Amino acid sequence: MATKPQAKPAAQSASGGVSPIPDVPKAAPASFVGKSGAQALLDILVEQGVEVVFGYPGGAILPTFDALYGAPIRFVLTRCEQGAGHMADGYSRATGKVGTTIVTSGPGATNLTTALGTAYMDSIPMVAITGQVATAAIGNDAFQEADVVGVTRPVTKHNILVKNVNDLPRIVREAYHIARTGRPGPVLVDLPKDVQVRLIENGNGEMNLPGYRPRSKGNPRQVRMAAEAINAAQRPVLYVGGGVILSGASEELRQLARKAHIPVTTTLLGLGAIDEIADADLALHMLGMHGSAYANYAVQASDCLIAVGARFDDRVTGKLETFAPHAKIIHIDVDPSSISKNVDVDVPVVGDAKAVLAELLPLVEYRERAEWFAQIGVWKQRYPFGYRERPGEILPQQVIDQIGKITESKAIVATGVGQHQMWTAQFYRWRQPRQMITSGGLGTMGYGFPAALGAAIGCPDKLVIDIDGDGSFQMTCNELATAGEYQIPVKVVILNNHFQGMVRQWQELFYQRRYMAVRMANPSFAKVAEAFGCTGLEVRDPKDLPDAIRKMIATPGPVVLDAHVSAEENVYPMVAVGKSLHEMEMGGMA
Amino acid sequence: MKKHIISVLVQNQPGVLAHIAGMFAARGFNIDSLVVGRTEDPEFSRMVIVSTGDAPTLEQIRKQLGKIVTVVKVRDLSDQKCVERDLLLIQVHCPPEKRSELGHLCEVFRGSIVDVGPRSIVIQLTGPEDKIEAFVELCRPYGIKALSRTGVIAVPRASQTENGSAEAPPRRKRIRTATATTPSGTLVLPPS
Ligand SMILES: Cc1cc2nc3c(=O)[nH]c(=O)nc-3n(C[C@H](O)[C@H](O)[C@H](O)COP(=O)(O)OP(=O)(O)OC[C@H]3O[C@@H](n4cnc5c(N)ncnc54)[C@H](O)[C@@H]3O)c2cc1C
Ligand SMILES: Cc1ncc(C[n+]2csc(CCOP(=O)(O)OP(=O)(O)O)c2C)c(N)n1
Repeated sequence: MATKPQAKPAAQSASGGVSPIPDVPKAAPASFVGKSGAQALLDILVEQGVEVVFGYPGGAILPTFDALYGAPIRFVLTRCEQGAGHMADGYSRATGKVGTTIVTSGPGATNLTTALGTAYMDSIPMVAITGQVATAAIGNDAFQEADVVGVTRPVTKHNILVKNVNDLPRIVREAYHIARTGRPGPVLVDLPKDVQVRLIENGNGEMNLPGYRPRSKGNPRQVRMAAEAINAAQRPVLYVGGGVILSGASEELRQLARKAHIPVTTTLLGLGAIDEIADADLALHMLGMHGSAYANYAVQASDCLIAVGARFDDRVTGKLETFAPHAKIIHIDVDPSSISKNVDVDVPVVGDAKAVLAELLPLVEYRERAEWFAQIGVWKQRYPFGYRERPGEILPQQVIDQIGKITESKAIVATGVGQHQMWTAQFYRWRQPRQMITSGGLGTMGYGFPAALGAAIGCPDKLVIDIDGDGSFQMTCNELATAGEYQIPVKVVILNNHFQGMVRQWQELFYQRRYMAVRMANPSFAKVAEAFGCTGLEVRDPKDLPDAIRKMIATPGPVVLDAHVSAEENVYPMVAVGKSLHEMEMGGMA
Repeated sequence: MKKHIISVLVQNQPGVLAHIAGMFAARGFNIDSLVVGRTEDPEFSRMVIVSTGDAPTLEQIRKQLGKIVTVVKVRDLSDQKCVERDLLLIQVHCPPEKRSELGHLCEVFRGSIVDVGPRSIVIQLTGPEDKIEAFVELCRPYGIKALSRTGVIAVPRASQTENGSAEAPPRRKRIRTATATTPSGTLVLPPS
């Protein structure tokens, strides 16, 4: 067994603290002159506070792996580069630090692209270092050559091929800076083998980014206009997204919601920005396609929608023409291109969510809004998230309910993609930012398990649970070997419905139940887990469910709990494609 | 749909052109023409991109360009007065008896004949795009054997740069309007 996780204690305190402060670069080393590219790379990784690297070796990256030998950085060998990328991403989402992955050229880099795309769509800061064939061989269809900068351009915030070793320190520093600032995202540095070996002759490694100036503070005039609109509103709603989590602005958001007395709905990626238990009166839970009825009604009835770090995704807005038809829309976002992209905005404020909310806070006033909260209360009471228990069958929603109760809503939860993901969003109660780790934008099945492993390595003192689908889990369950080897204590609960449930639901509702390629003949997940050096558990009877969950949590090391759940349960509410947000199918819920 | 001339100052680095062209392709934006050239500073190049689209599309183009790390400055020159030029080289079928006629036409447009062969000539012409296009149309009946254009390059007018800012960009079209209603007329929410 390899070394135990040696990451620092998690930055989130149990006392309801919010986001950790993102890592900041340490003091720069002296000169790089005389060092090899690979050595300089390692120096910069240390300078940037990198504690752990996820990756996989290969020919074109060998000099860098040689420099990693004995370096003060933990290396986690995954079983596929995709897993390494998702682990770096999960590590980043859980800790707020930049995740790092190092892989080889050609197939190593192409295997990584899904993970890059996943991180890119959700604005997750990551740095990927890929080996590349020697500069002299580039363009010759050399062994394991791929135009990685070309392949990954659409799925990275920035990428660059290092041609001259003297530029390497500067480029790697820029990579970390670009990844973690502004609208965060993955950055890829492609390192030819000879560049890793060559000795640095000159250059001071100072960053030079004349075109990169992300805005932090909001324009005071716009902030004032936003405050006026908020103070004048009768039916305001805060629509909060992943940007608030990324910015570490949850505390400011909670203060704003309390001070101005505004209900808060969060996107899938914004879950945890508000404490749904402590601030239960303000919490509307998730909105959108599978959001709560009360959140969707509130948005549609609102006269002032305050979007913070959210990007008006089509899963959220439903039919654009009738989205929040009566609302004046305020949009706070660090990325100007997010503003007025899908929905025309009345008061745009470009800036970092934390800074802008702090500016806004002194300008807003408390309002009773008695009628508004009464109306919301009625909706909440009449249309709660719900399910009907069925004797002898475990309902998937029930599993999440139970996990929530047993973990007292304190676990870090990762998910795959599908119905189980939506039920997790609906039925777990979110209290902390960085608590929910899920692929929203790309919707990458197979994300949950490796992301949970990365999160567990970043937060060794936290309980990390991956609530997964049988389909999703099988896309990356090779990482059970990683979990087994390093004894990473992730608890996996598979909501095993023997279907690709989400696709089945669509085939049921929109394709007359013509189930095509959605039935899953699954292995025994418990046996699979055991074979990989993890613990395997199974549960079929609802009576045994609480004990099975407790046992899973109490068992040290990685555990897989195969929970056999009802096969044909559907996720409701549901806003069908092309419908307005308030035109929900309730599936007998109401 | 309006034609926009966008001037983009970029860092002189490999891959920048691919990045910009890729962004246009990936997001379904049009490029009518794109010219890249050096600037007074070897660290930077300037691209002049001509694109057509409605106001919201152009706003997205500007913002998406601004997001690219190696893009230093984006300026939409169509909101201000600018000098724009396109360069045309055109080889026209021209038997000796047509030479004076084409020469005359060329003079009217202030072009110049830069090469003469036994049965064709090459004319060079600069000017804004519409002038170039008019000239090409007039050449067509003679028979165009080859044609090449640089695409537009542009700079703001001197008078304009000095007194600074351009007029405010036109108000965007509202995608969603506060008066929008559901098909049934007004928004129907469940009873309270
Ligand atoms: C099967 C499935 C179903 C889904 N159903 C739903 C659903 O019902 N409801 C739902 O909400 N989602 C749903 N999603 C997720 C959805 O696809 C989107 O990923 C999600 O809605 C986007 O969340 P967001 O708007 O918070 O944006 P993010 O992708 O988190 O974007 C963050 C925004 O914040 C900005 N930002 C970043 N950093 C900062 C900063 N420091 N300061 C200010 N702004 C910043 C960014 O520029 C960006 O605009 C579903 C996904 C799947 C796979
Ligand atoms: C890599 C990938 N391939 C395909 C899809 C399309 N897709 C979305 S949900 C889904 C089914 C998920 O099944 P499962 O993981 O078993 O979860 P369930 O819906 O049953 O909870 C599929 C195939 C996807 N999101 N990602």
